[in-house]
This record gives sequence, C-alpha cells and structure tokens, in this order.
Amino acid sequence: MSDTHPPLNIETVHHIANLVQLGLTDEEAAAFLPQLNAILEYFALLQEVDTESVPPAFLLPGARNVLREDNPEPGMSREAFLSNVPDSEGEYVSVPRVLEEA
Amino acid sequence: MEQKYEAVIGLEIHAELQTRSKMFCACPADYAHAESPNTHICPICTGQPGTLPVVNRAALEQGIQVALALHCTIPPLNIFARKNYYYPDLPKGYQISQYEMPLAVNGWVEVPVGKEGTLQRIRIRRVHLEEDTAKLFHQGDRSLIDFNRAGVPLLEIVSEPDMHSVDAVLAYAMHIRNVLRYLGVNSGDMQKGVLRFEANISVRPAGSQELRTRTEIKNLNSFRALTRATAYEIRRQIAIYESGGQVLQETLGWDEEHEVTLSQRSKEHAHDYRYFPEPDLPPLQIEAAWVEALRAALPELPEARRQRFIEAYGLPVAEARILTAEKSLADYFEAVLPQTQASPREVSSWMIGEFLRHLNERQIEVEAVPFPPQALAELLNLVAQRTITMATAKEVLREMFESGAMPQAIVEARGLAQIADEATLMPLIERVLQENPQVVESYLNGKESVFQWLMGQVARATRGKADPQLTRQLLQSRLDALRRSRL
Amino acid sequence: MDLYSLTITQAHELLRQRKISSLELTQALLERIREVDGQIGAYLTVTEAVALEQARQADERLRRGERVTPLTGIPFGVKDSIVTEGVRTTCGSRILEHYVPPYQATAVRRLLEAGAVLLGKHNLDEFSMGSSTENSAFFPTRNPWDLKRVPGGSSGGSAAAVAAGECFFALGGDTGGSIRLPAAFCNVVGLKPTYGRVSRYGLIALASSFDTIGPLTRTVEDAALVLQVIAGQDAHDATSLAQPVPDYAAQLQRPVKGLRLGLPREYFVPGMEAGVEAALQEAIRQFERLGMEIREVSLPHTPYALAVYYLILFAEASANLARFDGVRFGSAAQQAQTIPELYLETRGKGFGAEVKRRIMLGAYTLSAGYYDAYYLKAQRVRTLLRQDFERAFEVCDVLLTPVSPGVAFRLGEKTADPLAMYLSDVYLVATNPAGVPALALPCGFSEGLPVGMQLIARHGEEALLFQVGHAYQQVTEWHKMRPALGR
Repeated sequence: MSDTHPPLNIETVHHIANLVQLGLTDEEAAAFLPQLNAILEYFALLQEVDTESVPPAFLLPGARNVLREDNPEPGMSREAFLSNVPDSEGEYVSVPRVLEEA
Repeated sequence: MEQKYEAVIGLEIHAELQTRSKMFCACPADYAHAESPNTHICPICTGQPGTLPVVNRAALEQGIQVALALHCTIPPLNIFARKNYYYPDLPKGYQISQYEMPLAVNGWVEVPVGKEGTLQRIRIRRVHLEEDTAKLFHQGDRSLIDFNRAGVPLLEIVSEPDMHSVDAVLAYAMHIRNVLRYLGVNSGDMQKGVLRFEANISVRPAGSQELRTRTEIKNLNSFRALTRATAYEIRRQIAIYESGGQVLQETLGWDEEHEVTLSQRSKEHAHDYRYFPEPDLPPLQIEAAWVEALRAALPELPEARRQRFIEAYGLPVAEARILTAEKSLADYFEAVLPQTQASPREVSSWMIGEFLRHLNERQIEVEAVPFPPQALAELLNLVAQRTITMATAKEVLREMFESGAMPQAIVEARGLAQIADEATLMPLIERVLQENPQVVESYLNGKESVFQWLMGQVARATRGKADPQLTRQLLQSRLDALRRSRL
Repeated sequence: MDLYSLTITQAHELLRQRKISSLELTQALLERIREVDGQIGAYLTVTEAVALEQARQADERLRRGERVTPLTGIPFGVKDSIVTEGVRTTCGSRILEHYVPPYQATAVRRLLEAGAVLLGKHNLDEFSMGSSTENSAFFPTRNPWDLKRVPGGSSGGSAAAVAAGECFFALGGDTGGSIRLPAAFCNVVGLKPTYGRVSRYGLIALASSFDTIGPLTRTVEDAALVLQVIAGQDAHDATSLAQPVPDYAAQLQRPVKGLRLGLPREYFVPGMEAGVEAALQEAIRQFERLGMEIREVSLPHTPYALAVYYLILFAEASANLARFDGVRFGSAAQQAQTIPELYLETRGKGFGAEVKRRIMLGAYTLSAGYYDAYYLKAQRVRTLLRQDFERAFEVCDVLLTPVSPGVAFRLGEKTADPLAMYLSDVYLVATNPAGVPALALPCGFSEGLPVGMQLIARHGEEALLFQVGHAYQQVTEWHKMRPALGR
C-alpha cells in the first residue's frame, strides 16, 4: 500500500514557513522546493514496512512515572533572566504589541 | 429563546491547581503572591535552551482526584504531548499538554438546572493536565510579559455538548467550580483568573440530532460573562439561520462593555497544533492501587456531604442540596450547628431563607459575610431562649450584615429584647383591648378570627417585641376573663 | 613529550605525583590553542581567566590530597551546544551569538565538581545540524590532519581540539553520529552513550528522543574516566537512567577472549572506499587475534534507519527550535514593529539554510493529515530497529561496523546536496533511535587520513565497549598518532 506524498509546491513551502515563522524569501523557497520534495520522496520508503501490530517506540516498556515532589525551590534571579532578554522594560520582558488573541 | 431552535453547548474549563510548585519545575506556583514580576522563574519555565521538564507529583494526584470526583475512567497509561504554536507568552514555542492519551475520560456530573432544579446529567469527555502560559499585558505600542505564571499546573475539563440552555451551562460551571473547591485544588476565585471558561456553541432545529457549525467563545472569566455571552451567541446564531444565512466556524471573544461576541482573526495555523508525544517525559502509569489510595484520601465531596446532611441532620433533599452547592456555605452551616441550641432544621431554614437572601441582595459570597458562624449561632440562641422574636431576629440579622456587630450587642444597644414578663405586657394588652372595644365585642360574640388581629395590635404596640406566646396566653386569659364577667 | 600530547591517564599520574601542576598543564594548553587554533578553528570561545582560576583551585585540591579524582586539574573543552553558566554558548548560531546561560549543564557541573578545568567552547554545525561543522554560522573547523578537509560534525570542533592537543578531552553531543563521525575523521575516540546514561539537562536539544552527551578523548581508557564522572541519574532529566553507574575502570582490563563480535551484513556492502574497507578488515583480524569469535549477524531494517532517524529528528527539532523567537534571548530585532516581524527577523535572519530546511520538514511531517503516515509510522519502524539490535545481541556481545564509507571529505564538497549529506550518515543513524551505546575509535589510515571503526553494545553496556576497545588499543598504535601541525 504505497502512500507517496503529494509533491509540495511553492505555495505550500511558504505556508509551512509561515507555520514556523521562518519568513522565506522567494529565492529561498524556490531553492528549498526541490530539496524538500526529494527528501519527502525518500521518506516514502517507510510505507513498505509492515507495522501492523508494532507499537510506536514511545509506548514501549521502560521508565514510567518519573515524578518530582511538590517542593518549591528558589530559581533564577530576574537580573540573570533579563540579562539575555533583547528588550526589557523595568521588571518585564517587552515585545511589540500583540494584536490578537492566541 | 425560540422554541424552534435548540442550543447545543459544550464547555471547556481551565482550572489552575493549587500545588506549591509549578507543573514542570520547582518554582513557586502561587503567582498571585509573588513580590514582583519575573521573580517566580527559573531556566525551565522561561524556556532557556537545554532545559527539561519534570512532572509535579502533586499536580498529577490532584488531577486524578478531580477525575474521580467527576466519575471519570482513568486509563492505565497517559502521556504528555507538545502543542505547537507561537505566542510571546509561550516560552518554549509549544505548550506541554495532553492529546491522544489524556489523564481521564468518560465522566459525568449531575446538576440541578434552573429554578425548578431539574437534575440533568452532563457527560465529561476528558480531563487532562497542562501548563499555564505567562501573563501578557499591553502598554502603549508594547506588550509586557511576566513569567511568574508560566508553567503553573492547569487542569482542562472538557464536557460533551450536553447542555442546551444557559441555565444548564451555569449549573454545570457552578458545580465544577464547587467540586474543585471541595477538593481544595482550586480557590474558585475567577477574578484572579484561576478558573476560565470556553464555550462551544451551536444551534439546531428543535428535535433534530444534527450538529451544526459551532463557534468557540474564549476567555470567559466570570459566571456573568459566561451566561451573557452564551445567551447572546445563541440569539446571534438563531438570527443568522432565521435570515437564511450560515454560521461561520470561528473563534470569538466576549466584549464585556458592549455585550457582544466579536470575531477574532484566527489564522489557520492556530488550529494545526502539530501534536506529538512529549519525548522528554516518560509515560505515566496509573495503577489501580494508586487510584484507590487517592480515592480513599478524597475529602468529602458535595454528593457525599449532601447525603450526610440528609441522614445526620434530617434535612430535606432540596435544602441539603442548596446548602452543599457551595462548599463555604456548607462549612458555615456546620460551624453554626455545634454552637447553637437551635435544631439543624431550624438553622437550615434560617440559612436558606434569611441568610442567603442577604447574600444575594448584597451580591456577596459567604467568605465576605462580616460576622462569623458563632454570631449566627448566637442569634438563633436568642430566638430559642425567646429573648427576641423571629421578627426582631430578622431585623438584627440585617444589622449584623450591615455592621458586623454581634447580635447580643445589637439587641442591648437598641433595646430589642422581647417583652416577656407579665407585669410589662398586661397593661399593654389592656390598653389594646380598651382602644378597640368593637373588636373585643365581635370576638366575644363569637368571631374568633379577630383574635389574630388583636395579637397583631399588641405586636405593633410593642414594636414586635412582645413575646408572641406570652401575648397569646395573656390575651386569651384576659378575653376569657371578660367573657366570664359578662355571664 | 609535549604536555598537550598526554592522555588523561598520563597527565593524572604526573599531577598526582606533583611532577607538574594543573596550572602548568592549563597554560600549556592555552599556549597550544594560541599556536594552532588560528588554523583549525576548533574554539568559539576560550575561557582563559576561568581556566587559570580553576587550575589554581585544582592545584590546591591536589596539594591537600582532598577529593582528588582522575580528572582533577585536567583541562577540557565543551561543544558549544552544551550550556556553561556565565560562559557564552552559541550553539553555532547567530541567534545565540551573545547568549550567556544562567545555569550549568549537569554534565559540566559534574566535571567541574571533579576538578576538571574548563578551557572553552567548541565549534559545531549550527544547532548540531550537520556532519561536517561547515554549517557553523561563524566559520568552519578544519581537520588537523588536512586543513583543507572537514573534521566531521556536528561535534567537529571538539574532535579537532582533542586531535590537535587543544584539550585533554571534550564533551560532545551525538544525535545521529555527531560524536562518532568527527572522532573517526580526526583519529580520536568518541563515545555515544546509551540514551539516558548521561543527563541531557543543559544540552541544547535537537532530537529529544536521540540526543546524548558523550566524551571525545585520545584513548578508550580516558573515555571511561570521563564517562564515570558524567554518567548517572539526574533529577533534572526525566529520561535519565535510574540504573546505577558501574565502575568502568574495574572492567577495563578484562580479557576479551571468547567474546562474540558481530558483523551486521547490511553494513558491509559495496560503497566503502577501498582504504576504509581495508582498515576495517584488518581491525576484524585484530579482534580475531585477540580471541574474539567473529560471526555475521543481520540488522534487517537497516535500509529504513535513515528515514526513521531523519523523520523523527526533523519533527522533534522543529519543536525544539521554536523557542528561538527573539523574546527571551537571541539577537535583538529591535526594529520589529509587530510580533510577526519580530519572529521573522529573529528566525528568518538568524537561522541558516540547513536549520530552516529541517524545521520546515519537521513541521510538515507533523501537520494535520501527515502525522500518521510520517511521524507515527517512523516511530513504529523505530521499534523494529530496536528489535533488530536486541535479536543481534542474542547471538553476539558487541557489533563492529564502519563509521563512514569514506575518510574526511574536502570542505565544500558535499554542501550542495543536503540529501547526499544525510546519506553519508548511514552507519551511524540506527543507534540513536535504538538507544544503544556506540564507541568510535581509530583503526587505521587511508591516504594519510584517519579511518575509524564503530563498536556497538546493548543498552547500558558501555563497560563492554570500553573493554573491547581498550583491548584493541593495547595491541595497536593508531590512537597514538598525532597530526603534524606546523607551528
């Protein structure tokens, strides 16, 4: 049961780039397009493997219930945090105004 | 609402859990009491490169307890998942949440809907754990971010679309809030944002089973907003269908000021979260023995408390339901009981009657009542000892609500004590009889019903302070004496 | 012999006997860095002041004979994908060009507690994405054996530094060969430990399910010394193994006679350069002479390993890199007027092409409609890869494979075709999805360039890897060769 992916086109490349906030130029998108398609085509070979009753690896037996006791501890100082923040205002991190709800 | 249409409503509730530390790191979770912004932070909850999450045991156990209280099934295995999207209040660029294998599924609650209190069962689709985002607020052309709240444990409770009225929505929301407060996992203080609602609303022709396009209203942070927004949206959708239009699937916000729902520009990417299992966290295996231990450790839940009120105090079901519908009310009730000689039924009567009336009128919660349970107990004792009449007691209660003063003090200060001695009362009764000879005549001629009127006159003359029992006794004996003297 | 040419074991002996001081050792290495790093470009940051101070403290410990470990006073470097508190950590990217971590990686903390001396941070492919260190945003590192060739990647700086005597050992990171390939190209020893054996806390994540931290050293014996210090469960890493850390040194000298060496037939197919093949064959004969039993085994799902590896890697990496949004760290995109602009300025301008490619592929394969066919499918085939190794280890104790089909290639030779670059990882990528440990060590030269071989063992069996590798190094001299770097 083959399931080769539908080839990407330039619109899809831009769409994906927007999903992950990458802002590609038209040149970049055009350069990426054949590369991405070649790689996705390569992935298609996995379809020939029979995985009918094979569990995904993240559900295999192994470690379970790695838990932390509910004890608060001191963390990081605001100074240490803000020292890497590109734009801060007083005690806060500052960004351009958010226009819409998440 | 038009009888032609039926609303179909599902509710998503986000509840912050009252753990001491955050969901995936050891920072203090109580951001409301942080000294200042960005002080309850660490490399993990600020998403520094190279950091890793570790699950808070207490958050998991609180989640399990909520699931038990909502009659859910707890699958043997649950896993966390990454929910990927971009927003400045989301430090990692993904939220650690749960997707395909949540903590709990298939629960239900039974809630009294509307004035009649008709019981309706509402199913719970799922309960899962996740982390809260940072707090964002706007200032001019910038937005400022405080990460104290980032990573605080959140429990998401998703209902089936089993609600068909605003009343049902309110009843459900109030019940969930109540359960969370009973469990001690959430304060229910919606003004502080610890409990948030999202409503999914569609309408359909009454009697049909189809599910039409639904809209989602986010960030409803009070019962008022929840009910008004829901009501508005239902009307809005009906109006669209009535005019032959189509309801668009969209995310809406509630504009408090203008009382309308407003579309929020929702980009497509907001809906493709690209969930995948969280590789940094091994699965959680919830053994039956662990669940049973947590079940045994559950505090008394509303249903159990209601049952106990019925059995131990002989309260009628309806009264027990009202008293236990709000944990703080039930607590108050049980704090009054041991301090008063009044019976539980009498206390219940007072609380459901006068006490709750004052709360509603003043729009306050039990926590805001300005006097302790002991004061109410004292008031009921004064009535039981017949120091004051019921009528006076109601008056005293009003003043207690207004000033917070203790009842004994109020009675003394205003001289409200009942007149319960014959020497004071008899002359007053005499005067009433003298002032109303025709009424006395009609009584002596057989019209028994005017006795009540005469009682009322004595009450008026004494400004309600005359002990009704003694008044009745003395009045009766005086009238009997008059009758005898006529023979 | 130049001080910088010593092994850890040799240097420790001299330190213990007080024949040299850590300060002398450190100064010698700082001098070496000044001498050759201009040509090699292994270091992004040299922490001279910190190193000298730590050396003095180490000397104090050595003088008092207090808490002396085999690593006390030994200078080392760290791949710049591992955070060092207070020391700039770039991960090879412009986005983190000025990032100074506010916390310490656990592996680094353990080394410093043992008294090791931090010399600086090593160059790498940007965000550990690459096999040649040519993807570093700053400059490529050059192979000390031939400055026109790559050192391999992504831990190219670390391998080159060890090879050139610019540190006694390095901490590298291996997600799909990133320690082993550069180790082989540079004629040093590189260990990819069992997944979870060394805490990932502080390793800037690439593929969370595959990432490991491991040592690069001159000898297998040295690698065991380093692993001894950095291995062990960490409360900050929920995926770190609970199994106790064995005493690696104790097992090092055990004879390998009778142990079974498996040769997976899928790894010994045409396509290897003649010189590489010859070196491998000689190594096999060497193991035979040591008394090991050679047998052919099969890892039947090998043809799918690359696809499994890259699919899962792209997906997890795309999420792991989402936090680089310019909000809490990163290059200031202060001219951004809107949030989308901020993201685009930071990520669009800050990420290199390879990083962007991988992020996009990851997002695509996780997106709605494709998750099952891509990510989930890869996770199932990954289980089959794991089972392949388990079955192979039923009939042998360690596996031997090549590291790379060829020796170090020229700078610029493979940058045009990303798929070709991926395909050259063919021998290295199956181990990380399976979680098994693998050791790369020198086994010969081909046209003057180093050839490495790979030993693979079961989960948690690093001791066996060391044992076999050490036995090999007792009877061969490849690891003692040093590049002839001009002054």
